[in-house]
Amino acid sequence: MQENINIFITAVFIENLALAFFLGMCTFLAISKDVKTALGLGVAVIVIQAITVPANNLLYQFFLRDGAMAWAGRIHPSLSTLGNLDLSFLGFISYIGVIAAMVQVLEMVLDRFFPPLYVALGIFLPLITVNCAILGASLFMVERDYTFTNSCVYGLGAGVGWALAIAALAGIREKMKYSDVPPPLRGLGITFITVGLMAMAFMAFGGIQL
Amino acid sequence: MQALRDALDRVHPHFAKGGKLQKLYPVYEALDTFLYTPGETTKGLTHVRDSIDLKRMMITVVVALIPCTLFGMWNVGYQANTAIAEMAAVDAPFEFDWHHTVQAALGLGHDPTNFIDNFVYGAIYFLPLYIVTMVVGGHIEMVFSILRGHEINEGFLVTGLLYPLILPPDIPLWQVALGIAFGVIVGKEIFGGTGRNFLNPALTARAFLYFAYSAQISGDQIWTAVDGFAGATPLGVMAVADPAVGMDALSSVAVPWGERAVTLSSAFFGTIQGCVGETSVLMCLIGAAILIVTGVGSWRIMSAVVVGVIATTLLLNAVGSDTNAMFTMPFHWHLAVGGLAFGIVFMATDPVSASMTNTGKWIYGILIGFMTILIRVVNPAFPEGVMLAILFGNVFAPLIDYFVIQSNIRRRVARYVPA
Repeated sequence: MQENINIFITAVFIENLALAFFLGMCTFLAISKDVKTALGLGVAVIVIQAITVPANNLLYQFFLRDGAMAWAGRIHPSLSTLGNLDLSFLGFISYIGVIAAMVQVLEMVLDRFFPPLYVALGIFLPLITVNCAILGASLFMVERDYTFTNSCVYGLGAGVGWALAIAALAGIREKMKYSDVPPPLRGLGITFITVGLMAMAFMAFGGIQL
Repeated sequence: MQALRDALDRVHPHFAKGGKLQKLYPVYEALDTFLYTPGETTKGLTHVRDSIDLKRMMITVVVALIPCTLFGMWNVGYQANTAIAEMAAVDAPFEFDWHHTVQAALGLGHDPTNFIDNFVYGAIYFLPLYIVTMVVGGHIEMVFSILRGHEINEGFLVTGLLYPLILPPDIPLWQVALGIAFGVIVGKEIFGGTGRNFLNPALTARAFLYFAYSAQISGDQIWTAVDGFAGATPLGVMAVADPAVGMDALSSVAVPWGERAVTLSSAFFGTIQGCVGETSVLMCLIGAAILIVTGVGSWRIMSAVVVGVIATTLLLNAVGSDTNAMFTMPFHWHLAVGGLAFGIVFMATDPVSASMTNTGKWIYGILIGFMTILIRVVNPAFPEGVMLAILFGNVFAPLIDYFVIQSNIRRRVARYVPA
């Protein structure tokens, strides 16, 4: 329990995917012009993270890692050689495949059962497929050797942290409508600088050991 | 006086549109409005008759900072002279530098009980910081306003005074210059100048120095302006104290030539080590009174930070820890030591970077109080957390405002439009 709480807090604040690792920057910078859309995207990322990280965890535990398929031998003795395989070199392509599939499934489920949310998220759902924060979370999960429960918590925390960061950025950018930014810096330029300054404030958490 | 007005009026045509110095108009305008109230009124349909403009707000903050500044100068000298007296008592070798030469040239000594000795020695340390800040920051401000065609206004007077007050007294002057350049350019000017930034420029400058040159702005070597003197601030002492000893660790703080006691009253009056202007809670309270009475500083933010600090401290006191003495620190100590009082009164209340809505101000303040204590207690990397907590609050202030406004809209819609 304590371990999972620590993983959650670490994922949200200390190792915030957007502001500590600068992952998912393309959507982070592009879709943060107003708070409402940013919140929609944030919720989508939370949902996808919470599903894909545990799903990839299962994939890793039972198919990809060295000796993961030892269970095959118990089904039929002739499959026991599968237990010697190390498929972890297939990690990238499998994880991204799972992410793309999950996004598609989620899209269909939302379209069928929660049409208002589906309409609100619109184009952002498919966009998330190529968001490196999502893939990043799955890779961190593998690297840190999380269990299934850990990865559920971590996926949720990573999504919440990213959503929090994009909502804060969108708030600042809405306020910056009243700023008078020098013309060459307008748009992405000033957004990059803003994100840098935000990351400086987030360094408040740097160094906390949980 | 009339001669001065005449002189300004005489050169006005050169700076006005079409004059040969029209590019330098902001410089003329700054001097004119600094000396005289501008004669212009609003040209649109709305006209509010109130003399509380940006100029007066900023000057009020500068006035509120004067007690902290004067006390800070005295305290820098007092701390240094106390250390020098301790060294003399044990015949420790003392490195004389130019500060000492100036002090001697003025015919003054290093007697910690002598008010003038302390004040002047402190001023010899503080004034270079202030002058470098004003010269470097002021010129950057001037260049930007000439290039971008906005006014040079009094906002920089506040940033330029706040910034040296939150620096340690013997920080290298080139770092002071670099920090304020970063604070003014990246923290303020690229967003369009005073009132358009989202982080407090003085804190941005300090945070930049803190992460870029942490050796000169943290640790235990730098808080007293004497070479070779090593003494930790109260928060620094508590961060490494044995939890079994708890708060008693402060009653005998080891310094190279003896030991000192930090009591609650010395922390309140500010006769302890620290950044130039932040040590005295009393002087900050005087500043707070000026800001609240004139309506320039928000009492909501100040109270909210205090509420956040007290609530978080009580929570952490109840949680407790076997390995970290900071968990035992009671809230009145938290409020007395470090830069918390200064941050609450002068930094958190910065109207540009704080939340704008009244409800938002409470949430913003409580967030800052919570973060300050959390960083101080839980984060071993930073013994002091006020600076980063306020920057963190600044980052979330616009979002807090957004939610407050949205909930207000929803409440009003629900009230007047039957569902």
